[in-house]
Amino acid sequence: MLQFLVRRLLLIIPVLVGIVFVAFILVRAIPGDPCRAMLGEKATDKVCDAFKERYGLNDSIIVQFGRYAGNLLQGDLGTSIKYGRPVGDILLERLPMTLELSIGAMLFAVIFGIPLGIISAYRHNSAVDTVTMVGANIGVSMPVFWLGLMLAALFGVALKGTALQLPTSSRLTAGLSLPSLAQTWHLQNLQGFGKGVITFASNMVTLNAVLTGNWKVWGDAIKHLILPSVALGTIPLAIIARITRSNLLDVMGLDYIRTARAKGVIERVVVFKHAMRNAMLPLVTIIGLQFGGLLGGAVLTETVFGLPGVGSFLVDSIFSRDYPIVQGFTLSIAMIFVFVNLVVDISYAYLDPRVRLS
Amino acid sequence: MQTADVLPISTQARPKAPSSLFRDVIRRLLRNRSAQAGLIILGALLIVAIFAPLIAPHDPIEFQDPNGQVRTPPCIHLFGCAADQPEYLFGLDSNGRDLLSRVIYGTQVSLFIGLSTVTFAIVVGTLIGALSGYAGGWFDNIIMRFMDVLLAFPSLLLAISLVAILRPVILEGNLSPLIPALFAIGFVSIPAYARIVRASVLSIKEQDFVSADRALGVSPGRLLFHRILPNALTPLIVQGTLGIATGILDAAALGFLGLGQQPPFPEWGSMLGDERGSVLNAPHLLIFPGLAIMVTVLAFNLLGDGLRDALDPRLYR
Repeated sequence: MLQFLVRRLLLIIPVLVGIVFVAFILVRAIPGDPCRAMLGEKATDKVCDAFKERYGLNDSIIVQFGRYAGNLLQGDLGTSIKYGRPVGDILLERLPMTLELSIGAMLFAVIFGIPLGIISAYRHNSAVDTVTMVGANIGVSMPVFWLGLMLAALFGVALKGTALQLPTSSRLTAGLSLPSLAQTWHLQNLQGFGKGVITFASNMVTLNAVLTGNWKVWGDAIKHLILPSVALGTIPLAIIARITRSNLLDVMGLDYIRTARAKGVIERVVVFKHAMRNAMLPLVTIIGLQFGGLLGGAVLTETVFGLPGVGSFLVDSIFSRDYPIVQGFTLSIAMIFVFVNLVVDISYAYLDPRVRLS
Repeated sequence: MQTADVLPISTQARPKAPSSLFRDVIRRLLRNRSAQAGLIILGALLIVAIFAPLIAPHDPIEFQDPNGQVRTPPCIHLFGCAADQPEYLFGLDSNGRDLLSRVIYGTQVSLFIGLSTVTFAIVVGTLIGALSGYAGGWFDNIIMRFMDVLLAFPSLLLAISLVAILRPVILEGNLSPLIPALFAIGFVSIPAYARIVRASVLSIKEQDFVSADRALGVSPGRLLFHRILPNALTPLIVQGTLGIATGILDAAALGFLGLGQQPPFPEWGSMLGDERGSVLNAPHLLIFPGLAIMVTVLAFNLLGDGLRDALDPRLYR
C-alpha cells in the first residue's frame, strides 16, 4: 500500500506542473499587449512601462514562469485587478459556497441514484426499470442551467405561497446574517494559515451555523441549497443510477451469487452484502469523476441561483477582464479536481487489493 | 438503455468481409430500441434544420408586432386564442421576436456546433494520437502528459477560460463570436480522441501485418488510414456521437453565460441567457429553447448508446 501511495503521489507531480503551466499560458496567450489587456485600452505608455516593470513582464518567458511558479508555492495566486485584493483571499471566501453546493449535489445524486439503480437492476426489465432508465437518459441530456431555471419557475413562482415554496436566489434570506467565526470566537488577530482556515470555515455558512449553534440560519441556508443541489446533482444522479444498475446486473449473474442463493442466504443479504460490495467498487471512481464535472457545472448553477461561489465570480471576472482571477480560480479548481482524483484512486486501491498490487 | 434482450446473441465469429460486417452493424443498430428512437428524433431535427426557412412561420430576428408587444404568451387559434390575434405558437420573446421561428432556426446552429466541434476534435485528436503512438519515446510521453493535464481541468471550465482569453479577438475583429466557442469546445475534447487512437496504434504497431507493411515500404499515411483508423473506428464513432451531445450542451452553456453566439442570432443557449429575467413573468420563453436542447442532446445520447451496443455486443451497459 505504501509503495502504491508513493508511486501515485510521484505521478501527480508532472500533472501539477502541467496545470500550472497551462494556467500561466492561458493568460500569456491573450492577444496583444499584456498591459493593455490587463489595464484596458486607455492605459498610457507611461503607465504601461511601470506596469511591465512591476510585474516583470520584460524578463524572458522562462524567468516569468519560474517566478509565477515560485509565488504559487508560497501560496500567492496574484492580485485581482478590479478589487486590488489577493486572489487567494477571494478564493477562500468563495470556495466554501461552491464546496457546499457540490457536496449537496453529490449527496442528492448518491442518496437517490444508488437506490434507483438497485431497484432497476433487481426489477430488471420491469416498468420501474424502464422508467428509471428513460429518466436517466433524459437526466443526462438536460442543460444544468435550464433545469435550474425550470426548478426556480416551479418552486419559486408556481408553488409560491404553498408549503413547497423554496428560495430561488442568494445564500440567505435578506435580513439574516451570520457573523464570521473570527468575530464570534474573538480571533481577529490570527494570521497566516490559521486565518485562512477560519475564513474558510466561516464562509461555509452551514458549517459556521452548526459550530455557533445558529439553527435558524442553518435551516435557512439548507433551504437555499436545495434547488441548486437538485439542479446540479441531476446529471450525476442519472449516471450513478445507470452504473449501479449495470454493475449490479453484471455481478448478479456471477457464480458466487448463485452459490449464495443455493446456500439459502436470504435475498436481502444476497443483494446488499454479497452483490453490492463488488458492484460498488467502480462507483467510487464514477463518483470521484463526477465531482470534477460538478465543479464545472457549479459555474452555471451559481449563476442561475445567484450564489456567491467561485463559479459565478469567475464568470463576472471574465467580463471585467480580471485575468488574475480567471487564472487563479481555474488553476485552483483544476488542483482540487486532481486532488479528488488522487483520493479516489487511493480509496480504490484500499478497497480493491488488485489495483495496488498490479 | 436496452441490454441483452434486444441484442442478437451470436456465437459465430464475426464475418470477415468489411461489407457484411457493416451490414451486420446496421442491422443490429436498427434493431436497437434506443438507436431507433435516436435516429427518428435526429431525422426529424435534420428536416427541421434543412427546411427551417420553409417551416418557420416568421423571421427569427425581426420584431413582430408594430405596437411593440413583447413576452406575449403562446397564441394558438385552435386552443381559443382570439382569431383576430396573430398566431404565435410559442409566443413572442422579450424583444418581440417569434420564439417558435427562433427555436426552429436554432436547430441549424446547434447541429452545426455539434458536428463541427466533434469533427475538429476527431481530426486533431487522431493526428495527435497517431503521431504520439507511432513515434513513441519522449515525444509520446510529453504529448500524453499534456493530454493528462488537459483532462485535469473540468472541461466546461477550461472551455470557459479559453473563450475568456479569446474574447478580445472577437471584440476587436469582425469574427463571429461563435468561433472561439467552437474552438474551445473542440479543443477540450481532443484528449479523448487522441487517447483512443493512440491506444489503437499501440495495440497493432508491433503486429506482424504492420511490420510486413513497413518492410514493404508502405507510407506512414497509408498505414494510418488503412491499418490504424479501421481499428480505432468503433470507439471513435461511439465517442464521437456522445461527444456531439456534450458539445451541444457545452455550447449552450457558453451561450447562456454570454460567451457563445450573441443575440439576435437564434442560438438556444443564448436565448435562455437572454430570457433569464423572464422566469418570473413569462416562463414559457425558457421552456421551449431548453426542451429543444434536451431533445437534441437526448437523440445523440440514445444513438451513441445504441451504436455502442450494436458495435460491441459484449458490452452490457
